Amino acid sequence: MDISTKTTDASPPTPAAVGKHGAARTKSRPGDRVFLGLSRGSGILLLVIMAAIAVFLTYRASLAISKDHGNFLTTFEWNTNLIPPTFGIAVLAFGTVVSSVIAMALAVPVAVAIALFLTHYAPRRLSGPVAYVIDLLAAVPSIVYGLWGALILVPHMNGLFGWLNHYFGWTGIFSWDGGAPRSMLTVGILLAIMILPIITNVSREVFRQVPQMHEEAALALGATRWEVIRMAVLPFGRSGVISASMLGLGRALGETMAVATVLSPDFDIHASLLNPGGGTFAQNIASKFGEATQDGRDALIASGLILFVITLLVNGAARAIIARRKEYSGANA
Amino acid sequence: MSTADVTEQRPSTLRSASLPKWSPWAIAAGSIVVAVGIGAGAGLDSKVQWGLIAALLFIFGTFAVAAKVEGKRQAKDRVVTALVWVAFLLALIPLVSLIWTTVKRGVKVLDPYFLTHSMGIVSDSEPGGGIYHAIIGSLEQVGLATAIGAPVGVLTAVYLVEYGRGGLAKAVTFFVDVMTGIPSIVAGLFILSLMLMFDMQPFGFAGSLALAILMMPVVVRSTEEMLKLVPNELREASLALGVPKWRTILKVVLPTSIGGITTGIMLAIARIAGETAPILLLVWGNSFINNNPFSGAQQALPLYIYQQYANSSGSTAAYDRAWAASLTLIAFVMILNLVARGIARWKAPKTGR
Amino acid sequence: MAKRIDVSGLTAYYGSHKAIEDISMTVEPRSVTAFIGPSGCGKSTFLRTLNRMHEVTPGGRVEGKVLLDDEDLYGAGVDPVSVRREVGMVFQRPNPFPTMSIFDNVAAGLRLNGNYKKSQLNDIVEKSLKGANLWNEVKDRLNKPGSGLSGGQQQRLCIARAIAVEPKVLLMDEPCSALDPISTLAIEDLIGELKERFTIVIVTHNMQQAARVSDRTAFFNLSAVGQPGRLIEIDDTERIFSNPSVQATEDYISGRFG
Repeated sequence: MDISTKTTDASPPTPAAVGKHGAARTKSRPGDRVFLGLSRGSGILLLVIMAAIAVFLTYRASLAISKDHGNFLTTFEWNTNLIPPTFGIAVLAFGTVVSSVIAMALAVPVAVAIALFLTHYAPRRLSGPVAYVIDLLAAVPSIVYGLWGALILVPHMNGLFGWLNHYFGWTGIFSWDGGAPRSMLTVGILLAIMILPIITNVSREVFRQVPQMHEEAALALGATRWEVIRMAVLPFGRSGVISASMLGLGRALGETMAVATVLSPDFDIHASLLNPGGGTFAQNIASKFGEATQDGRDALIASGLILFVITLLVNGAARAIIARRKEYSGANA
Repeated sequence: MSTADVTEQRPSTLRSASLPKWSPWAIAAGSIVVAVGIGAGAGLDSKVQWGLIAALLFIFGTFAVAAKVEGKRQAKDRVVTALVWVAFLLALIPLVSLIWTTVKRGVKVLDPYFLTHSMGIVSDSEPGGGIYHAIIGSLEQVGLATAIGAPVGVLTAVYLVEYGRGGLAKAVTFFVDVMTGIPSIVAGLFILSLMLMFDMQPFGFAGSLALAILMMPVVVRSTEEMLKLVPNELREASLALGVPKWRTILKVVLPTSIGGITTGIMLAIARIAGETAPILLLVWGNSFINNNPFSGAQQALPLYIYQQYANSSGSTAAYDRAWAASLTLIAFVMILNLVARGIARWKAPKTGR
Repeated sequence: MAKRIDVSGLTAYYGSHKAIEDISMTVEPRSVTAFIGPSGCGKSTFLRTLNRMHEVTPGGRVEGKVLLDDEDLYGAGVDPVSVRREVGMVFQRPNPFPTMSIFDNVAAGLRLNGNYKKSQLNDIVEKSLKGANLWNEVKDRLNKPGSGLSGGQQQRLCIARAIAVEPKVLLMDEPCSALDPISTLAIEDLIGELKERFTIVIVTHNMQQAARVSDRTAFFNLSAVGQPGRLIEIDDTERIFSNPSVQATEDYISGRFG
């Protein structure tokens, strides 16, 4: 009730102000108009920025694509310094999708397991500090993950790659010619490590919100801990975990530095995930930007536009899932 | 059938064969011993592989033992418990390694000299130099970005919560969501396309603009949450006293939620301070001190790390500097995070009686 | 198959706080025993110690004995999961699993315990829903979500779910407090039928309800806020409501306090 006293404290100036604003009172108050104008203006500014991003990227992209000698969607080449320039995004789209899929396949199950560990398995003395540390890890800048990935993770990949090649090399996907392990698989693993804290955090929140009464209902039926989780926790948290994963996917798709430091790129699609090569949208922009001419930059902007559209689609899907979940939990309230 | 009969026929329905409390530890210890045996015997040199073998043995061992003694349901339960523990420990390895390596390698060259000198003419492969120019650049770029992004974000949130009704508010809400998902490099490309339009050279403030775009939706979201927590009774109490709406917002609503809003802004700052991609496109990097963010290329901490790594062709001195700069950046981000949490806890609206 | 419960010297804690102290009583099979008393007197806590749900709460622990037909629920080597199979529970707020259909809700406990054929499951679900007086209302929409039912129907669904696994004892923690009078009446009628097959223990705030449904009534009280709750007396319901042996009980029942 401390705050209401504050309100009364704040009121004495008002009677004085009444006289001053007396005339304005019947019309709309200037202060109100200015404040509303400012805040509405900010909202409109956000819309303008979004529109401007779409318009400018599309405009520059159209300049680039009109000069493209190759096919923008299918050409396996990025030679913007040729006259006429020749480039296409097929390799980048492939690499972006593959590395993100690997990251999701690795990170989501582990993140869900850790979230369950923190909410349902870990002793409380352990879960508090661990949750806190994971929270902080989600804030570590991606360039630091990139540096760690390039200098620490990459050398440690040799053993795994050798093993995969030895036993699964025949599949083609896991064949390895012994080069530096700066490949799509390493990128995927690094991205997985990077998005793990994010997905874990959101999933943990979702699992914590499972109503106690649903868990007790399962317990009272004689369910073991795992059965409680399967009956009450996972069904309740499913859509939350999906949207958490989408959030992680968005990060993985747009990640620049962690990929740029680890991958040794080329402009081709390889069957093997272990041999270096390939590229992603964001990585390609970062590595080609330095030497790019005006046309080259426009071409990179065009590829950025595609990345923009992809992330919009992923985000849209996540929002749709969250919205559905809201309706759903509302029906149960 | 009387109840007594039941008790005699089935001596216990409550008791079932169960493993002793220490069994998971015993299975874990056994798995580790066997894994070390296999690892050493087969000559696997990677300790990570030893660990993976131990983890697999632990999971399968748990299932086998529990299924035999306790039955299938209990075995499943125990396997999931084992899996969850293993997942946790496994995930800990890279995350601990990341922090550990950064600290261990970072402290090597991190000293007052490093913090107060620029790279200047020190070439990338030589030892020496520092990150003063990068710190200045980062502070200026992030500061300017905050000066733009935070007010716009807070005001937008005020609009959405206090005034927002109808089509415009819905559109803003939707596009704030969309904006949250923009990759940082796309924000950088957007500013770049503007710069190409006006034929401008890279400078610090261009980076600030991109960072501000990344910051706005984060601030809007967190501020919105905080404003929604302010009880309506407070607004009504103030309005009933004849206080105009804008003063109610300024004097009652915002002060009540200022702690949460500050926390949100600081977390947003922590996030943009680590962004590299837009800086790479728009600010370029610079070995010298440039105090003017409105003219000429500047440096920034994240970009410095990248360039020390990428341009040095494997020189140890450059890697050392990259680690030291990483440690500085992490320390900065962590301190921001901790202070933000502190403020959130300290200023948290007192609830309950 | 109902079983008798013998409690002796039971004390329950939340961390270091003692919630109930030194409770001893006997609950007869095939009867309804009601727990009454003012808020915070520990009657719900006591109820939850009877199927080891108390220890689910962080910091919850128990001293003393609870014998289910001569077997101590808290004895060494007793699996709480098995205890809860024997002693079912219905909660204050109806809590059907929101993601499951009506049929799956009733079958949930059965599916945990091994392999039933589809036809067996159908039979048991039908029998349980009939037992909970819900069958006629839901037989045409067994595959619809349980959360679409009314509050009273949801609570009967939860009862059907609890009795489907054939427990020996059924605990009910204020099962009608979230329901309207008509739904309450339906549940009370149901309790009267269920006591033929189960030992029933019900916690209630509503003394008329205790008088209507129970055979025996236990009165709990606490000497002051912060003090542990105690069992004041337990006797035939008729006697408790007409001529209790302790003054505090009479005061409470006649509305002089609480």
